[in-house]
Amino acid sequence: MITLSHYLLVGAVLFCISVAGIFINRKNMIVLLMCIELMLLAVNINFIAFSHFLQDIAGQVFVFFILTVAAAESAIGLAILVVLFRKRATINVEELGTMRG
Amino acid sequence: MFEQAVFYGFAAMLVLAATLVVTVRNPVHAALFLILAFFASAGLWLLLEAEFLAMTLVLVYVGAVMVLFLFVVMMLDIDLVRLREGFARYLPVAGLVALLMVAAVAVTVGPAHFGADAVAVPARQPAGHSNTAELGGALFTQYLYPFEIAAVVLLVAIIAAIALAHRRTREPKRPDPGVQLKARREDRVRLVKM
Repeated sequence: MITLSHYLLVGAVLFCISVAGIFINRKNMIVLLMCIELMLLAVNINFIAFSHFLQDIAGQVFVFFILTVAAAESAIGLAILVVLFRKRATINVEELGTMRG
Repeated sequence: MFEQAVFYGFAAMLVLAATLVVTVRNPVHAALFLILAFFASAGLWLLLEAEFLAMTLVLVYVGAVMVLFLFVVMMLDIDLVRLREGFARYLPVAGLVALLMVAAVAVTVGPAHFGADAVAVPARQPAGHSNTAELGGALFTQYLYPFEIAAVVLLVAIIAAIALAHRRTREPKRPDPGVQLKARREDRVRLVKM
C-alpha cells in the first residue's frame, strides 16, 4: 500500500537533488533556473499528496497558483537571461558581479 | 499491486531524470530530462487523483515553459567548458549536503509519522467523480480573488518579458511634430514650367 510517507519521501529526494544541482552547477544560469523548477515540482508533489490523503481540495488550488507564478517567473528569468547574454556575451554567474559595489 | 508498480515506476523515473538534469554536460539534454521529470510527476499526480493538475503540468510546462527553455538554450551560444569549471570540486560537498538533507527529512516524514497508521489511505473516488469540477468549484468561489490576482501576475509577466526582450530600434518610426510644423511650402514644393 502506498502511503503519504512514500510521496513525501519522493518529494524530499527530488528537492535535495535540486539543492545539490545548485551546488554543482553554480556557474551555469540556465541549469540554475532548471533546478528551481525542480524544487517547485517537489513542493507541488507534497501539496498534492497532502491534498489527496487529507481529502482537501485546497492543496490543489495552491499547486495551481504555484504553477502560475512559476511560469511567470521562468518567463521573466529567461527574458533577463537573453538581455544579459546580449549585453555581456556570457551567462557565467561568476562574471556577473557588476552590482557588487 | 498495480498501484505499487505504477508508483515505483514513476518515482524511479522522476528521481533518475532529476539526477540527470543536474549532472549532464549539455544544457539541451538537461532540458529534455527535465521534460521527462515533468511527465513522471504528472503520472504520480494522476495516481493521486489530481487529474486536472497533471494535464496542466503536461500542457503548460512541457508544452510552453520547456519549449521556452529549449529555445533560449539553443539561441544562446554558451561556452560550456568555462561553465563546467568547479563541477568535480563541488560534487562531494553537494552529494554530502543532499544525503544529509534526505536523511534529516526522511526521519521527519518517514512511516513513523506519516505512515498508514498516522494518515489513513483514503478510498478511491467513484468512476463519475470529476476532479476538474471540484477544483473549479473551489477556485471560483472561495479562491476567486487570488485567481484574479494570478491573472494580473501573468499579465505583468507578459509585459515584463516583452519589455525586456524587445529590441528597440534606433530611428523611431513616429513623426516628429516640431519638424512637421517648421516645414514651409517653399522647402518642399517646386513648380516647373512644362
